[in-house]
Amino acid sequence: MATRRLTGSVNDARLQRRYRAEQRFRIYCASAVLLALAIILTFFSNIISQGYTAFWHHEVQVTLDYNERAARIGTFALDEDLRDIASRGATRAIPLQMRNNPELAGTTETTWVPVRGEIDQYLKGGRDLEPELRRQVDALMEQGVIQSGFNTRFFTAGDSKLPELAGILSAAIGSLYVLFVTLLFAFPVGVMSAIYLEEFAPDNRFTQAIEVNINNLAAVPSIIFGLLGLAVFINFFGVPRSSAMAGGLTLGLMTLPIIIISTRAALRAVPDPIRLGAFAMGCSRWQVVRDHVLPVSLPGILTGTIIGLAQAMGETAPLIIVGMIAYIPEAPTGLFESATVLPAQIFTWAGEPEKAYVEKTAAGIIVLLAILLSLNAAAVLLRRKFERRW
Amino acid sequence: MGVGETILLLLGGLIPLGYAAYYLGRRKALVATAEGIRMHSRPQQYGWYSVVSMALPAMGVAIAASLLNLLGVVTPPREIVLLMALVTAAVGLAVGLRVIRPSLRARNILDNLIRWLLLGAALISIITTIAIVLSVIFEAMRFFREVSVWEFVTGTVWSPGDSFLEAAGRGDEVTEGSSSFGSVPLFAGTFMVTAIAMAVALPIGLLSAIFMSEYASPRIRGTAKPLLEILAGIPTVVYGFFAAITVTPVVVDIASFFGLDASYSNILSPGIVMGIMIIPFISSLSDDVINSIPQSLREGAYALGTTRSETIRQVVLPAALPGVISAFLLGVSRALGETMIVVMAAGVRPNLTWNPLEDMTTVTVNIVYSLTGDQAFDSPQTLSAFALGLVLFLVTLALNLVSTILVRRFKQRYD
Repeated sequence: MATRRLTGSVNDARLQRRYRAEQRFRIYCASAVLLALAIILTFFSNIISQGYTAFWHHEVQVTLDYNERAARIGTFALDEDLRDIASRGATRAIPLQMRNNPELAGTTETTWVPVRGEIDQYLKGGRDLEPELRRQVDALMEQGVIQSGFNTRFFTAGDSKLPELAGILSAAIGSLYVLFVTLLFAFPVGVMSAIYLEEFAPDNRFTQAIEVNINNLAAVPSIIFGLLGLAVFINFFGVPRSSAMAGGLTLGLMTLPIIIISTRAALRAVPDPIRLGAFAMGCSRWQVVRDHVLPVSLPGILTGTIIGLAQAMGETAPLIIVGMIAYIPEAPTGLFESATVLPAQIFTWAGEPEKAYVEKTAAGIIVLLAILLSLNAAAVLLRRKFERRW
Repeated sequence: MGVGETILLLLGGLIPLGYAAYYLGRRKALVATAEGIRMHSRPQQYGWYSVVSMALPAMGVAIAASLLNLLGVVTPPREIVLLMALVTAAVGLAVGLRVIRPSLRARNILDNLIRWLLLGAALISIITTIAIVLSVIFEAMRFFREVSVWEFVTGTVWSPGDSFLEAAGRGDEVTEGSSSFGSVPLFAGTFMVTAIAMAVALPIGLLSAIFMSEYASPRIRGTAKPLLEILAGIPTVVYGFFAAITVTPVVVDIASFFGLDASYSNILSPGIVMGIMIIPFISSLSDDVINSIPQSLREGAYALGTTRSETIRQVVLPAALPGVISAFLLGVSRALGETMIVVMAAGVRPNLTWNPLEDMTTVTVNIVYSLTGDQAFDSPQTLSAFALGLVLFLVTLALNLVSTILVRRFKQRYD
């Protein structure tokens, strides 16, 4: 008796093939996600492994001798065999100090100063030194004259041309100034535009044009905003180049669409009965918005604003165009002074040829990522905390 | 004095005056109410009314003075501007307080003013767009006065190198035709890096989106999706460092393992890293689109006996195609305009080649380099940045518009 194989039975070769194809496809999809997650892991471990060493550094104990020669050239205050070990920047201010405090002359002072960048790198297991210098450093290390410690300077100093002295403080303060201007400009204008579009505007061609325009603006490459800032704020309005004002306004225009879009979403989430109830009590449209709609949508608006600011804080390209990659060793004290920001500082350090700057760059990145991730986490928490289901 | 200064100074003076005006206006209304007169609006609305009637004329004076200053007609001394502003503020306040009477519809007037104020804010986005277009076009025109459009569009040699001599008044040192602005190699580099980026981002992004919306349990989806979105929040300068310090040496090593010669400023590694950056855009946009495909389509397919992957490939993906294409276009537009990764990891040598292991340069790299040099602002090299910016703006604008239209069509089909 001839048995006909039933199609669709588990033994059917074609069906088996289809099931295997199903398995394969599923594995492709899952491995795409795994690959992406592996990339994130690699990325973070790579940056951290390159940067964590910058958070400590080596210092050498020196006896500063305020003698006559040191009043002219600071290096002479150092013991002769330490001159190649202590940072070149450590003694730079001595002549000035001696001029300002004449009573220092003839006295000595024992203190710790950072060692040179290449020696610090050697002690952290980086590149080797010349044999003679290496022997000297090893000997000093054994005597305890060189010791390692937490690198507070990285957080309290500005940029420097000597890697062992460079820090992020001036860039961090510059970032604060820029974000302040961005917030001051983009938050009120963005929220007001969103209120107009969501609560007041009639639905006609004109408002649709504004809407399409805002969506497009959100996708314009950031470097174009840099060109705009250069042409309009700096060349036309005469805002000083590389000032926090120029950078902040440029980023403000860039952040505006993000704030508008998220504020509109927050306003749209407020159910109509709230508005209708307020209207029924005789409120005018503005009173409805101000006293009833805005208070309940505020957490959503703030979430969007934080996300927009985080994006602005990481932005570099438009700021380079408006000149914020100047060498700024001192923190700015005003909105119209030359300033630099954290991402621009990272960019500048990444371009330095000395090896010691690589760890500075990676450490700067760790700080920047920590700030950005905590801002984003704050936004998520804010949303969770105030999320309401109507 | 500058515009900003004037406005800041006036705001500094106007805020305390505003408090006074609010107090006076509100008190007048309160006194009237106490006398038993029925006012049209609430007392604080009269307060705000008097603030506005004081501040608006004063602001007008300040803005007029700044405009005159800006246009270079006259530069009125600060004291006179301040005095005029104060006088108009006082007159405005006096008039405003006088007209407060029971029939004055302060609330309606304020509402109207606020509507105009909000409309003004909404217009800023339009003004920004117009400002972008005008400023970029204006500077690009100055460039095209010196370099022909035809040469810019079709020329294959980009060497702005010598033009700065001309700008520095040393034109005689420039040999004839030594600086040329043919943008083809720049666009070739840009499209190469974009193609590499999309070749990385599209498969990983799309397959991740399919996994998360079709296969993953809610718990896995709930952790994987935010993790993927971390990629979108990393600043591009960080990606640039990653590409230059970590990925490039690996690419060079792998190439030499296969006996190939890779440059240290090759275009492949910025392309790959840019692709990594774009993954979350593709995956979350495609995820949204796939999620909005009605379940009935899938169930219909299952009823016909198709497996899951067959349903996805033959039913869900074709239905989601417009949305996926739009996500793809948005990714392309991001890649075209991306700056820091290529500035830090790609080369500066314009090079027309098909080999991604050689160094090539891109449009955005050249925008950055022509604006960070020491040239005079009106040298052709500086102005060329605006011509490149103009093209970049137009191309990304077109891509964004097409993708918006596609999404809108798609939404209409399934809503």
